[in-house]
Amino acid sequence: MTDATAQDKIAGPTPDTAIRDAERADGPMLAADGRPLKKSLASALRRQKIRALLLIAPLLIFIMFTFIIPIGQMLFRSVENQIVSETLPRTVAALDGYDSESGPPSGEVFAALTRDMVVAAELKNHTRLGSRLNYETTGLSSLFRQAGRGVDDIGEDYTDAFVDANEAWEEGETWVRLLANEGWIVASDEWAAREEAAGRGFDELPPRFVFADGVEEALPRTTEMYADFAAVLRTEDGDSPVDEEPWNIVYLSLYEDLAANPDAPAAFEGAEAELLAEAAEIAAGLEPFDYTAAFEEIDEDWLGEDVWGTIDAFSSDYTAGYFAASADRKLTPDGIQPVDEDQRVYGTLFLRTMLMSLGITVSCIALGYPVAWLLANLPLRTANVLMILVLLPFWTSLLVRTSAWKVLLQQQGVINDILVWLGLVSDSNRLIMINNQFGTIVAMTHILLPFMILPLYSVMKTIPPSYLRAAKSLGATNWTAFWRVYFPQSVPGIGAGSILVFILAIGYYITPEIVGGTKGVFISNRIAYHISTSLNWGLAAALGTILLALVLVLYWLYDRIVGIDNVKLGG
Amino acid sequence: MADTANGTAFVAFERVQKSYDGETLVVKDLNLSMPKGEFLTMLGPSGSGKTTCLMMLAGFETATHGEIKLDGKPINNIPPHKRGIGMVFQNYALFPHMTVAENLAFPLEVRGMGKSERESKIKRALDMVQMGDFAGRRPAQLSGGQQQRIALARALVFEPELVLMDEPLGALDKQLRETLQFEITHLAHRLGITVVYVTHDQTEALTMSDRVAVFDDGRIQQLAPPDQLYEAPENSFVAQFIGENNTLEGVVEEIRGDHCVVKLDSGDIIDAKPVNVSEVGERTKVSIRPERVEYNPERLQQGAHTLKAEVLEFIYMGDIFRTRLRVAGNDDFVIKTRNAPDQVRLAPGDQIEIGWLPEDCRALDA
Repeated sequence: MTDATAQDKIAGPTPDTAIRDAERADGPMLAADGRPLKKSLASALRRQKIRALLLIAPLLIFIMFTFIIPIGQMLFRSVENQIVSETLPRTVAALDGYDSESGPPSGEVFAALTRDMVVAAELKNHTRLGSRLNYETTGLSSLFRQAGRGVDDIGEDYTDAFVDANEAWEEGETWVRLLANEGWIVASDEWAAREEAAGRGFDELPPRFVFADGVEEALPRTTEMYADFAAVLRTEDGDSPVDEEPWNIVYLSLYEDLAANPDAPAAFEGAEAELLAEAAEIAAGLEPFDYTAAFEEIDEDWLGEDVWGTIDAFSSDYTAGYFAASADRKLTPDGIQPVDEDQRVYGTLFLRTMLMSLGITVSCIALGYPVAWLLANLPLRTANVLMILVLLPFWTSLLVRTSAWKVLLQQQGVINDILVWLGLVSDSNRLIMINNQFGTIVAMTHILLPFMILPLYSVMKTIPPSYLRAAKSLGATNWTAFWRVYFPQSVPGIGAGSILVFILAIGYYITPEIVGGTKGVFISNRIAYHISTSLNWGLAAALGTILLALVLVLYWLYDRIVGIDNVKLGG
Repeated sequence: MADTANGTAFVAFERVQKSYDGETLVVKDLNLSMPKGEFLTMLGPSGSGKTTCLMMLAGFETATHGEIKLDGKPINNIPPHKRGIGMVFQNYALFPHMTVAENLAFPLEVRGMGKSERESKIKRALDMVQMGDFAGRRPAQLSGGQQQRIALARALVFEPELVLMDEPLGALDKQLRETLQFEITHLAHRLGITVVYVTHDQTEALTMSDRVAVFDDGRIQQLAPPDQLYEAPENSFVAQFIGENNTLEGVVEEIRGDHCVVKLDSGDIIDAKPVNVSEVGERTKVSIRPERVEYNPERLQQGAHTLKAEVLEFIYMGDIFRTRLRVAGNDDFVIKTRNAPDQVRLAPGDQIEIGWLPEDCRALDA
């Protein structure tokens, strides 16, 4: 027999020795296998953490994609303003340093505007920009629409002049030979051949236009416009510029290039150089184009201060304009100014929303507290029956409940009929209880009451009756016992109910819309209006952001004053 | 009690009945009177009506019939807050949103007492329960025992003459309970207040009270000082409920003055003291306390009846030995003997003879 205990010997450190070693070393605590205890614990907990994460993952993903991201995008719209700089890039650049008080901007700005408008009109973007700027200054929408039609003709005279001199200018091919890179011409020809072969249903875009070397330096304005022309043609029509006569503005640009730099033809060779030299001669005989006058002809408002002030104020990519509008302010070149008194609506609406929500919360407390007290102190059987009555409104459609109030409260409605029948109100003097603030408060108090009663009830349920007895045995009257002992303990319930009711009320939409008339509507109704009717989503987003911020601030205040850990929604 | 008879009782229940549903009486014909300064305990199983009595006294329940008098005046129609009775609740009922000092200030404030007077009274009351350093704490920051001390101080701070306590020590552990039992009794005696104390713990009742009222079935079964209650129970409920008790059932054979002979169902004959048996042939339950049973034949009285017993179990409990016997067909007959040097230690299987003094063996109702 060999030593039977030999196989029991442990090669590595035992848990005990590991702990002793760790203590001796005065280093981190080690687990039995010699790894640091912290690491060992973390890996042991990892499985649990992963499982917990997997359990919440479906909801998290759902919330992420249906709630957080859309809301984030929506809120982003409240400051986003890239439409101006994207539609009018040249104008915005030219306006840099412009002061609207010194009258209409220079001809250079109008020149840039002309070019931007030509491109925008081709892409049909100018109407969108017009309606965007119309939110800020009325009339801009039609101004832009008109200009979109008018800018087409700008430079027509120059086109005619060049074409009269040499009909080749009318041909798209002439321009391509003049400006395009050899490689591009080959690629374009190949593309055209493929299109010919395929016939209908050919949807391959032509190759992207490439300028020949040195052309862009020689004719900067022309190439800039021609590039836009080629790009619009390519993306909008799927055509190659080979067969198309360029826009008038390209001819005008060519004139301007040749007038500014008569030596430009020197950069070219052969037939093109001759053609260009001929054009330069014609250009020398032409008068420079007055862009300002052209716009004045389209509509003299283009020379007005309003238009340029607005464009300048909203030229940046991000704007505080929507928020300014939400606060009844206006973004002007001179900074943020209050709007005219008769146009101020949002301040009043926000204030009204807050005050009415407060009123609704207070009436919910007043009506809900005794009910909750009764529920909490009745025998369970009776309390359950009453609880069903409290919950009953929850099971009825919101729209039905609100419409029912309309039936009850209107001038020919049930309540007025009863009052008239009782002789309390004369038939000619029926009370106006709907389409005003009274109607909104009544209907919303009714709808939100369960949200007050339920948290109150669950808190009151946990207050033992012995507190009231103790207070009375100590000499307190019923009222003192209630007020000094019971009420303070039910405050967490009031807090929870108030937060719920107030936050729900502040964003309520359907009920004020139906029973609120004009005096009883909330800010949310205005937001809905901007979302679905005026389509001013930026302003709607700004109003929504302010509402959200307001709720968060109130929540923070509430946390500071009452303490959020004092809020109890359940036992 | 002498002062009870001549109408100077401080607290008196007179023919009090109470029903909650109009069909059954929770309290049936309660008559009780207490002199000033007495510590009276209402003891009984749950549902026996003791707490209802307390609540009627406090004013939280109204008597269906009968009259409750405090210091000679009927209080049936006085609301609780005007009765001036201090009360300590089972769950302490300290107001959680107030500090200890505010809790104590509450009864003084509602009495319109000035601030300086209030403060000195609060300090005195807290010192009385050795909680002087805890005035600024909230109830949730105190242990159960500390909360109970505060509850006691709060019930005493407005110097009521009568204090009611509703199972105040029920939620505490054994050691703390014992400490507080002594503290409450000492305090009550030192202050000379009258205390009505409700409990279902008989040890508590015996150690604390001047008199104990044993409740069962809506009636007081026996109202007596602790020693009488233990040594001379008047009926078999009290005998069973208070302390450990051995019961043997049989029929009365013969009654001669304060001595009777009972023939047990097993056929054995024993001596007993007739307590509430009156005639021969009546069925009876004979009650003997475990520590009054003797098995050393030398110590037994001459001519006393003895019974054969077999030892079933011997339990060593330190200060005493607890031995379970089979006696007259009863397997749960327990005897307790002191752990003395000369004591015989029995072993399971031993056959012994047991006996007792006839006056320790009480023949009660069946």
